[in-house]
Amino acid sequence: MSISRRQFLKLTATAGGAAALSQLGFDLSPVRAYAYELYTKPAKVTHSVCCYCAVGCGLLVFTDKRTGRAINIEGDPEHPINEGTLCPKGSSIWQTTEASPRVTKVLYRAPHSDKWEEKSWAWALPRIAAKVKAVRDSSFELKNDKGQTVNRTRALTSLGSAAIDNEEGWLYQAMLRALGLVYIDSHARICHSSTVGALAESFGRGAMTNHWIDMKNSDVILIIGSNAAENHPISFKWITRAMERGATLVHIDPRFTRTSAKADIHAHIRSGSDIAFFGGMIKYIIDNKLYQTPYVQDNTNASLVLGEAYSFHDGLFAGFDPASRSYDRKAWSYATGENGAPREDPTLSDPRCVMQLLGAHYARYDLDTVSGLTGVPRDQLENIYKTFAATGRADKAGTMLYAMGQTQHTVGVQNIRAMAIAQLLLGNIGIAGGGVNALRGESNVQGTTDVALIAEILPGYLATPRASQASLAAYNKANTPISHDPKSANWWGNFPKYAASYLKAVYDKADLETAYAWHPKLEDVPVTDYTWLNIFERMQAGEFKGAFVWGQNPAAGGANAGKNRRAMANLDFMIVANLFHNESSDFWRGPGMNPKNIKTEVFFLPACMSVEKSGSVANSGRWLQWRHQGPKPLGESKPDGDIMLALWREIRSLYAKQGGAFPDPVLGLYADYLTDGAYDAEKVARRVNGTFLKDTTVGGKAFKAGQQVPSFIMLTDDGSTAAGCWLYTGYYIDEGNQAARRDRSQTPAQANIGLFPKWTWSWPANRRILYNRASVDQSGQPLDPSRAVIAWDGAKWEGDVPDGGWKPDEKYPFIMLLEGRGHLFGPGRQDGPFPEHYEPLESPLASHPLSSQRVNPTALVFPEEPMAVRDPRFPYVCTTFRLTETWQSNTMTRQTGWLRECQPQGFCEISRELGDLLGVRGGDLVALDSVRGTVYVIAMVTERVRPFTIMGETVHQVGLPWAFGWMQPGGGRTDSANLLSPSVGDPNTGIPETKAFMVNLRRA
Amino acid sequence: MVTGKSFFIDQSRCTACRGCQVACKQWKKFPWINTVQMGSYQNPQDLGPNTFKLVRFSETRVDNVVRWLFFPEQCRHCLDPPCKMTADMYDRQAIIKDPSTGAVLYTERTRDLNAREIREACPYDIPRQDPATGALTKCNMCIDRVSNGLLPACVKTCPTGTMHFGDRAEMMDMARKRLTELRQKRPQATLVDAQDVRVIFLAEHDPRLYHAYLRDEM
Repeated sequence: MSISRRQFLKLTATAGGAAALSQLGFDLSPVRAYAYELYTKPAKVTHSVCCYCAVGCGLLVFTDKRTGRAINIEGDPEHPINEGTLCPKGSSIWQTTEASPRVTKVLYRAPHSDKWEEKSWAWALPRIAAKVKAVRDSSFELKNDKGQTVNRTRALTSLGSAAIDNEEGWLYQAMLRALGLVYIDSHARICHSSTVGALAESFGRGAMTNHWIDMKNSDVILIIGSNAAENHPISFKWITRAMERGATLVHIDPRFTRTSAKADIHAHIRSGSDIAFFGGMIKYIIDNKLYQTPYVQDNTNASLVLGEAYSFHDGLFAGFDPASRSYDRKAWSYATGENGAPREDPTLSDPRCVMQLLGAHYARYDLDTVSGLTGVPRDQLENIYKTFAATGRADKAGTMLYAMGQTQHTVGVQNIRAMAIAQLLLGNIGIAGGGVNALRGESNVQGTTDVALIAEILPGYLATPRASQASLAAYNKANTPISHDPKSANWWGNFPKYAASYLKAVYDKADLETAYAWHPKLEDVPVTDYTWLNIFERMQAGEFKGAFVWGQNPAAGGANAGKNRRAMANLDFMIVANLFHNESSDFWRGPGMNPKNIKTEVFFLPACMSVEKSGSVANSGRWLQWRHQGPKPLGESKPDGDIMLALWREIRSLYAKQGGAFPDPVLGLYADYLTDGAYDAEKVARRVNGTFLKDTTVGGKAFKAGQQVPSFIMLTDDGSTAAGCWLYTGYYIDEGNQAARRDRSQTPAQANIGLFPKWTWSWPANRRILYNRASVDQSGQPLDPSRAVIAWDGAKWEGDVPDGGWKPDEKYPFIMLLEGRGHLFGPGRQDGPFPEHYEPLESPLASHPLSSQRVNPTALVFPEEPMAVRDPRFPYVCTTFRLTETWQSNTMTRQTGWLRECQPQGFCEISRELGDLLGVRGGDLVALDSVRGTVYVIAMVTERVRPFTIMGETVHQVGLPWAFGWMQPGGGRTDSANLLSPSVGDPNTGIPETKAFMVNLRRA
Repeated sequence: MVTGKSFFIDQSRCTACRGCQVACKQWKKFPWINTVQMGSYQNPQDLGPNTFKLVRFSETRVDNVVRWLFFPEQCRHCLDPPCKMTADMYDRQAIIKDPSTGAVLYTERTRDLNAREIREACPYDIPRQDPATGALTKCNMCIDRVSNGLLPACVKTCPTGTMHFGDRAEMMDMARKRLTELRQKRPQATLVDAQDVRVIFLAEHDPRLYHAYLRDEM
């Protein structure tokens, strides 16, 4: 008699791995071979993409054919980025999907109620629609007080979401804007808006320049303000490969983390001193002539000469107006040459050329000053500069990786600008193994930035119309730059085609001028009036009646979370879409809240897991990757797209039946995206990509109405193409869904640097490394043949898709910038053309040695917001961070038992020295106080944190993860670290300064 | 010559992401455990019936440089497993050895063994008793996956190339080659008990700095 395979499997499974042979009663010794059956064998396997960070790892989802439920989820071995591997978050998606307390019914919290009630979709959606309509109708503004057409409502706002697919995000913004919303914001704001502001200014596009696999091509990897090993674990697959080739890993961070543990060099840096650090690096590169001269001459604006008005004195650039705390940027204009283009000095010796002014600007950033501000010892600083600057040669590649430690500051944009300047000087942009690489933290935060779930742009980075732009022609004129330099491609010269195609994608039946008129307009004020911090300021003041909080948790994840929670109580209603309860959906029953006093009605709409739906997400490296549905949505949960369309049907039918304020855009929005009654992501994808609306001939090629637009080169400005996001044109074409491609094949040159051009699709135009024309010489030959990205074979380009298909040397490589060359001097930002060190708004220093401007003079501040500046009550610098095992505000991961058991409770990392000083030991409960609030967490006393010597004084820094809100199961008294962080922001994008503020720490 | 399978675990590459720790639980569908923050990243605090793979964290100084050392612990699947030798004195079916892979497998019948005696027999302090069933538990090399040509769940998921699995000879070659490379940077690097176990750790620093039981100190 033998043991059946099935019997054996069952026994092993029930016994959790222990082979249960005893009951069989046979002599099993000596042992013999058994066959073991896989419990996944009869399952259906689908491909998806991880729902957590923006590495974009491929998943295999095994769904039981009988029950329709997932039984196992693991890494996709074919996927070129993760190669079958997953971090613990990815490894636990099965549990999040199938074995967690998901909300699977619509929930309703009545005004002043202390409980949720279960409701049906049929009950909730018409009520929500009626409330939205009532607020919209009563608040709708056709004209502003200047009499300009604005067609908007300022009584509704939407927050979120990077957790939805591209198609859903695009559809959602279209719906919001058809309703007239202008206060639209999302994760993109608080994570990497400063990336967009800085990289678009520096290089032309606001995104990670290279991609994950490309990290293997680097010789020196500098990670700053990022904990890549913990927060983007699969990045270390590629970083490890680079190190095995001999690359050096340098990590600069206030704390010693799991990233530091693998680094060759780790430097502790005081939070908020990054520009001092990079200013010192720029000075070191220039002083020691370590820049690549031909690259700088050919590919940057180093040779351009500034006009007479430009100056810099004691921390202020020319053009500053103290009353408005803003600059008149005309003072930063170039001197104009004979042809109308900027005057140039190719020798870089004119004292008014950018290169000379750059050197003069950073002359103050000597090693001693930088060491005094950053806390990095002088010797170590010099060693790091030397190590990284060694990549300033054609045959070396250096990359910089960063995340929130750089972005979330009142100088967030300029932090990243400083990195961009150093990388341009070293010739590290456009090459394999180079770049300024923004590590994005949400599976689709890149995508929902691209499709514009933020106020100031429409999909594809088209500026949102302003009240002063009364006609489409005026709008186009304001946004279409004109170049007088024949070598400048000036790609934004195509703006009118992209704007027209967008308008036709949303309002296909309207003529272009009407469609433009329907679109809501922003006032001609700084964009920060419409962004996160100001949204909560207005919410607190009761100016919003209703809010959508879609897949986001501002009551834990937003700066000054206590203010956000109080503000929510001033809403009449809030519509939450999520998978789990969180501090936002349940704010009315949180600490310090009395539900009886809170009027806000809350509708909780249960969204489904990413593995339960189809659609595309854009990873940090700009790859659009298609997810395929595995199991069906659990219970009554729905894909976000279905929720949106269902809600839209209700709203639209109310307007169709009853009329109301300015119904035309509501009735006119193209929303035919159903198949068999369900949301069809592929139909939206077709629209976002673009379709010919009529028979059209473009560039000598004839297309029929209904054909997909194959490339954004074919878009037109006359209304014959409808394309929701020009940047995505090419991803869903007549040949099929390019984002679903799974072809690993590549040419030997492509394989050499790991491009995988036939695996999914990368924006723009399937280009994998941006600005790659900077990697070749004037004859089109690679500057570094061992790492060629593109090469001209005499007739065509090989390798990657070139950044502009012209012949070598016909055009400058930075085609999105007016000058065609990378911006060492960046005249387009609010706070200066060169990054300048300012202290965080809260800091241990009352002054600093670089200028008498203590803080960014243009920072976004709110008058009533108190600040702790060299305040003995709040003596310690504090920063916040994330952990491998938690994701963002922990809404999903804390409900995933295997992850929660790894990181069960909030904690604070403090040095042994501070622990000794305060008598605090590891495991003790401690309180952190800031001007704004108090948080109780467990102390983690560690050698990995240490005191700094800042300007000759000892300064302690502490840090705590922000993942632990009051809803943490078993979290004790813990609450969000963002109760401590301030409502101050970057003047360019409004990103809050959540990475450097002041606290006290005491035993609790 | 030793046949069957082996792991090679290169600790110099480990980032302590704990993908392995969770992937093990995922494949085996273990329940989660209630834990608390004890002032360290390590959690759960110990191996157990629902934790066959545990990343241990150790903060230390080596030559006055701060090091954070990571040890993805698991059963070593000894070539001559002392646990089995001990168990065989009572019941030769309690702990068995799979002949094709060399996996050491605990059966339900381990519930009738003296758990303390078996645990003490293990030079690496791996076996843990399941209080619910009384049976002894530990890593089973994902024998169901491996006998179907798949990698163990922990190896499959490892992002950085820390965890490897394959034929014994191949793993030994890989381990020796990697040791040679690593010694250029870390002269003190060692392959831990490579001749005795099927799970060969490459420790970058003195094994005692990672965990008392990384190396068989007997």
